[in-house]
Amino acid sequence: MSDEAVIRVKNLRTGFGDHVVHDGLNLEVLRGEVLGVVGGSGAGKSVLLHSIIGLQKPWAGSIEVLGQRVLDLEPPERAALEARWGVLFQDGALFSSLTVAQNIQVPLKEHLNLNQRLMDEIAMIKIGLVGLPPESGRLYPAELSGGMRKRAGLARALALDPEILFLDEPTSGLDPIGAARFDALIKRLRKTLGFTVFMVTHDLDSLNAICDRIAVLADKQVVAIGDMKQMLNERHPWVVEYFHGPRARSAGL
Amino acid sequence: MVKADESTGTTTLNQTQPTPAWIKFNDDEKIALGGSWTIGEAERLDKELVVIHDGDGSRIIINISELERLDTAGAWLIHRTRKALEAAGAEVMLDGMNPEYEVLLNEVAANDQSYPPLLHTNQLAEWIARTGEVTLDTLRRARDFIGFFGLIVLTLLRTVTHPTRLRLVPMIHHIEHVGLNALPIVGLISFLIGVVIAYQGANQMKQFGAEVFVVNLIAVSILREIGILLAAIVIAGRSGSAFPAHIGAMKEHEEIDAKRTLGLDPIEVLVLPRLLALVLAMPLLAFFADMMGLLGGGLMSWVVLDIKPDQFVERLGNAVSLWSFWIGIIKAPFFAVIIALVGCYEGFQVGGSAESVGHMTSRSVVEAIFLVIVVDAAFSIFFQLVGV
Repeated sequence: MSDEAVIRVKNLRTGFGDHVVHDGLNLEVLRGEVLGVVGGSGAGKSVLLHSIIGLQKPWAGSIEVLGQRVLDLEPPERAALEARWGVLFQDGALFSSLTVAQNIQVPLKEHLNLNQRLMDEIAMIKIGLVGLPPESGRLYPAELSGGMRKRAGLARALALDPEILFLDEPTSGLDPIGAARFDALIKRLRKTLGFTVFMVTHDLDSLNAICDRIAVLADKQVVAIGDMKQMLNERHPWVVEYFHGPRARSAGL
Repeated sequence: MVKADESTGTTTLNQTQPTPAWIKFNDDEKIALGGSWTIGEAERLDKELVVIHDGDGSRIIINISELERLDTAGAWLIHRTRKALEAAGAEVMLDGMNPEYEVLLNEVAANDQSYPPLLHTNQLAEWIARTGEVTLDTLRRARDFIGFFGLIVLTLLRTVTHPTRLRLVPMIHHIEHVGLNALPIVGLISFLIGVVIAYQGANQMKQFGAEVFVVNLIAVSILREIGILLAAIVIAGRSGSAFPAHIGAMKEHEEIDAKRTLGLDPIEVLVLPRLLALVLAMPLLAFFADMMGLLGGGLMSWVVLDIKPDQFVERLGNAVSLWSFWIGIIKAPFFAVIIALVGCYEGFQVGGSAESVGHMTSRSVVEAIFLVIVVDAAFSIFFQLVGV
């Protein structure tokens, strides 16, 4: 991990109608780290993620990803930037009319001009990397279990070897064993592929297992950021309740 | 701008201008790779690497110390080349390895799995198998559909003995949707077809000096066939698509399962109100279509043949009996049942994907229109036989 920030959010202000979600939010994500973003339901974790990847237009503030101001980019520059990050949506968000291998090839086809054999080979490597059996390449999303769909979604997010990986609640809906395996997978892949992870999560176990730093969203801002040790010493009431509650204790914190 | 970080010469992920990937053949046994071996270069490298796929049983050293960047695709190409050379009998050494590349290369080697090949079978056998599959599937669906029909009849009988179970509010809601809201389009189409029949009929009849028989032509065709058929086809398009889409979406969101667990019978709650609404609305729509068709035909007769409205009505009375009218209306409930049953049945068949909703919806519309026309033809023969 270096001190260079790959994502820099400054004075972000977002909302819907007259409901303000973020007000003056600041956040930096450093190269190579795994940042876990936590917060209560409705605290704006997903809105923050959507703002950074450009699915939602903020009211004010600036967002820089890999040194480029996301909000000011022209479409071709934007497409080039999008090729440098990968997003895993909550339930994988696979295209239901395509097989897993074809899903992985969608970004390859969109951004590059590769021959079909090479794309097949690359898709199979990614399928193997995320721990799916080779046969799953020919399956449609409806034929996969929830855990496999997430892995397939991860394989698609990794198709272009992104520098930043955005994960939206990657372990939600998985059983504890599946969740632990998914954590281990992220950890292993980061070592291999060297990406930065921005992860929205509720899962205390995965925060503890793979996150280098944790950012807490509350009161429309990032109220605390730091490693687990710092979190345990925080004074903010929500942070205290979260990291010292019964679930935190059972997670062994 | 992004900070340049080329000085280290190793895997910097900074998006500086990357050096294009290159391959150098120093002599027969030494290959040096350099530049950034990333997915953007993969297509070119894939082609260039083809030439070194034939090793000749010697020792080959691949030097990768000058690589600037390596990603999964690049690592795969190196791994694939090494594998191909080894398969050709060469002994391959990788020189200039650094720990990062090693992790990546090992990971790629561990996940070297071939794309599962498509099964190549006899074309003829496959064709026969597919024919059999489709036949069996059709028979199975026919059986299921009959079962569905039986289920509805049973539920209907139960509702007759316990009339309070009938969902009145949803039924009236559906009458509004399938009936009232369809009035403008059904009326407009019938009116225009009436105009067309009168105009075309007038042209033909004029040749025989039998212009006045245009009224017979209009009356018989609109009342017996066109009015109800147009209404049924429009409804098959509207409700035949709305029913399966709605029920299918409910099924996808487990709403139907939720209803079951709450003790609600999906047939009673979802199918009966739609079925009864359509059975009630269809004769009314058919009547409306008849009237609009006659209106269109009458207006056109007035315009092109100068048959005044009072003459038209008088002639109409002579041309057709009340039976002609009833023959059209009698068919309405049958068509309504077909459309509602097919629509609801296909809705319950939705499963798995967003695509499936679209698939079932289009199937429902096609089947409903097809069955409506088949049954209409059967009715024609039947009425011919009984002589009305």
